[in-house]
Amino acid sequence: MTLADLNLVWPELILAGGALALLLIGAFRKSAGPVFDVLAMLVLAAAAVAAACGDQGRAFAGGLVVDNLSAFAKVAIYAASAVAIPLGGSWLRKRGDDKFEFPVLIVLAALGMGMMASAGDLISLYVGIELHSLALYVLAAFRRDDAKSSEAGLKYFVLGALSSGLLLYGASLIYGFAGSTRFEDIAAAVQGHAGNGILFGLVFLICGLAFKVSAAPFHMWTPDVYEGAPTPVVGFFAAAPKLAAMVLLARVLSEGFGGAVEQWRQVIVVLALISVFVGAFAGLNQRNLKRLWAYSSIANIGYALVGLAAGGEAGVQSMLLFMVLYMVDVTGFFACLCALQRDGKPMETIDDMAGLFKERPGLALAMTAFALSALGLPPFSGFFAKFFVFKAAIAAGGYMPAVAAVALVGSVVAAFYYLRLIKAMWFDPAPGAVEKPPLTANAIAIIAALFSFPVVLVALVWLEPLALRAAAAFG
Amino acid sequence: MALQEIAFYVMATVTVLAGLAVVFARNPVHSVLFLIAAFFSAAGLFVLMGAEFLAMLLVVVYVGAVAVLFLFVVMMLDVDFTQLREGFARYLPIGGGVAGILVLEMIMVAVTVANQGAAGRNAVPNASGGADIPNAEAIGRVLYTDYVYFFQAAGLVLLVAMIGAIVLTLRHKPGVKRQNIMAQNARTPATGMTMVDIKPGEGIAE
Repeated sequence: MTLADLNLVWPELILAGGALALLLIGAFRKSAGPVFDVLAMLVLAAAAVAAACGDQGRAFAGGLVVDNLSAFAKVAIYAASAVAIPLGGSWLRKRGDDKFEFPVLIVLAALGMGMMASAGDLISLYVGIELHSLALYVLAAFRRDDAKSSEAGLKYFVLGALSSGLLLYGASLIYGFAGSTRFEDIAAAVQGHAGNGILFGLVFLICGLAFKVSAAPFHMWTPDVYEGAPTPVVGFFAAAPKLAAMVLLARVLSEGFGGAVEQWRQVIVVLALISVFVGAFAGLNQRNLKRLWAYSSIANIGYALVGLAAGGEAGVQSMLLFMVLYMVDVTGFFACLCALQRDGKPMETIDDMAGLFKERPGLALAMTAFALSALGLPPFSGFFAKFFVFKAAIAAGGYMPAVAAVALVGSVVAAFYYLRLIKAMWFDPAPGAVEKPPLTANAIAIIAALFSFPVVLVALVWLEPLALRAAAAFG
Repeated sequence: MALQEIAFYVMATVTVLAGLAVVFARNPVHSVLFLIAAFFSAAGLFVLMGAEFLAMLLVVVYVGAVAVLFLFVVMMLDVDFTQLREGFARYLPIGGGVAGILVLEMIMVAVTVANQGAAGRNAVPNASGGADIPNAEAIGRVLYTDYVYFFQAAGLVLLVAMIGAIVLTLRHKPGVKRQNIMAQNARTPATGMTMVDIKPGEGIAE
């Protein structure tokens, strides 16, 4: 290590120092408040600026890679984490469950996700995953007196530990056959025909990462955890960690295993197609919206994986665009769920949403936008997300156009449950009065909906080249 | 036969037998004790390979902490192990399948290693840079230099674990009496005593 290495870790240093300072402030003040939330958001904003404007290069003997991809992913991850803080803070305060650890854990989770996005070594890959997962386990069980929340935390923890075991097993096989944990050396070993052992390791590594992005058939935890965990925490789960894990997957596959692209492409395609169909068909008989959106996120990860499987610059670019647009949608949707309460009870099922348009037209319009966007209807952002993925898949040639076509069938099936939600909101009679939504959640929902349409048209003008620049190093 | 070889065969045999005993022992406490024996002989094998730091780590962490923790859990939780074994026959096919796949993989990996010499070809660079220094010192040289990033991040993982444990379990109960040494020391006869004039037949309200 040299002092120059420290220049590259500014985002991580800011987040780690910020988390420690926040922990001290919280421990002495003994209570969290909006001011504390703002402080945590400032820490994340400072880290995002440092990530966007900092130097690029490799540090710590290749353990940390700072390039356009990591900068792009870090800014998106830190932004999504910053949005989760006021959303969760106001939601928990309303229920008398606010603790100052909530923003601190989100900052630490963001730190872990940033490490994942710029991991250049199996050790930083694993430490980053563990850092953010541990914080997420605690966040899932944050309402510890709520049985469902505790159940969600425990389930996530046990299954997460299992997937970490798979991942470590794979990592140790790869280390054994490549003789190094660094992605560059692994790539050299793969080129030098290190044999099948290293591919065994890769399959296990992909399984562990597939669990983190909840790709089928490693999705079993998703519906239960989404249903039980506090609603704003679910909004956070579905956004930033998935992007971090997808970026990590892209980096491992193209930096470490670029030489074995034919082998891993098959695995990713299988994961993608199973995810799309499990997400589409299993979502059909879900009435609970949090469970429904869990299946929706499984299906959406499937599309992102199609983009990744397409490979090359265009594939990674489409994956990045898809994930960023999806993150805005899903955050907005869960902000809506946070905002809505009827007769003192959170509105969590499709039937609860009946007649929403007459009572809260703003939120109903926002939710309609998110549903149509998840469905992939133009001119909403989800359409552009899918468009880029399918374009990359068709350009990739081989069997990828067929894969794209099959995935499209899955998205037609999924249209049913999105339309059912819209029908309930617009045409069904309301069973009771909806309470006035809290300001923060309402604002986040409306802003996200405006992004979904029409801001996305403007945003894509600069998002697309940015994502292309981020993906340029891969292919 | 050299002394080293005798030591290797003794310890390898003990490791394998203790490992089998962990699985087959009827009493869970015996299982944990056999596990400790397996750890100890594995540590001996590490010493034979010249990895004395790893051996110490195995003894300190696994024997000293993990195995003792197991022992506590087994003894304190009073798990009904006959009940746990009930589904044995039912889950045997699927469990056997998974175990079979793992065994097959290990055999394939071992064959590959035997044929190609996996790490032998891409030899792991020696942390000590080839110099003849003990490996505890070699690890010490890189831990805070090349590996400082991972090391600090691992520290943060532990911090998150600690925060998590506090968030999920700490409860501030009102009305719990705690010892306050400062208050005790500051107590004088003037503050510690009150003179009460009790009226006959009423007692003290407190």
